[in-house]
Amino acid sequence: MGIFEFILMSFLILLAIAVVFVRDLLAATVVFLVYSLIMAIVFTQLKAPDVALTEAAVGAGITTLLFIVTIAKTTRREEDD
Amino acid sequence: MMTTVVIQTIARVVVPFLQLFGLYIIVHGPVSPGGGFQGGVIVGASMILLALSYDLSSAETKVSHKVRIAMDSTGALLFAGMGLLCLLVGGVFLEYGIIPLPMAPAEVRGLMILLVGVAIGIHIMALAASLFLHLAEEHDT
Repeated sequence: MGIFEFILMSFLILLAIAVVFVRDLLAATVVFLVYSLIMAIVFTQLKAPDVALTEAAVGAGITTLLFIVTIAKTTRREEDD
Repeated sequence: MMTTVVIQTIARVVVPFLQLFGLYIIVHGPVSPGGGFQGGVIVGASMILLALSYDLSSAETKVSHKVRIAMDSTGALLFAGMGLLCLLVGGVFLEYGIIPLPMAPAEVRGLMILLVGVAIGIHIMALAASLFLHLAEEHDT
């Protein structure tokens, strides 16, 4: 495993942990968007450009937009219980 | 939703290129990465960009609910129809090579894969736009 893959994978794990712990839902959506983009780069590294294209279009594009619309319709802050 | 002249101008410039790129990905599906689904999502995303940069009603006039339903059904019916066509000429579902056209079986297969990709593209581009527009439209609660 090269240094580039190592950086990508550790960044991926970091983002996956961060998206759970961020309280601001809009920030969590943006972190998830970055996660999808890194995932797309990982898929191209694994020689699966088809999956990478789908991940970039659906994971980063459509899913993020749907999350943002849902946040706009509800509340932005996660409530403390 | 709040928009400015800058956003609207950029969207107006970007949308045709985005749609051309989506169509390129659909049509080059058999020979390069991508295909009906990926290209359809990109064309659908261009419609979402229109709805975001202008407002929902202007996007609704460009691709109205009826047009989207028609595209959605057309894509699904074309896909099912091409599968059933293979059944009619005596093969199994989506067995392209058996269709009697004056071409080599490999060429028939290539052509049918392209046509099925276009059908999936039409279906998905209406679906992706519908997902966003139906979620974002104002409901009277």
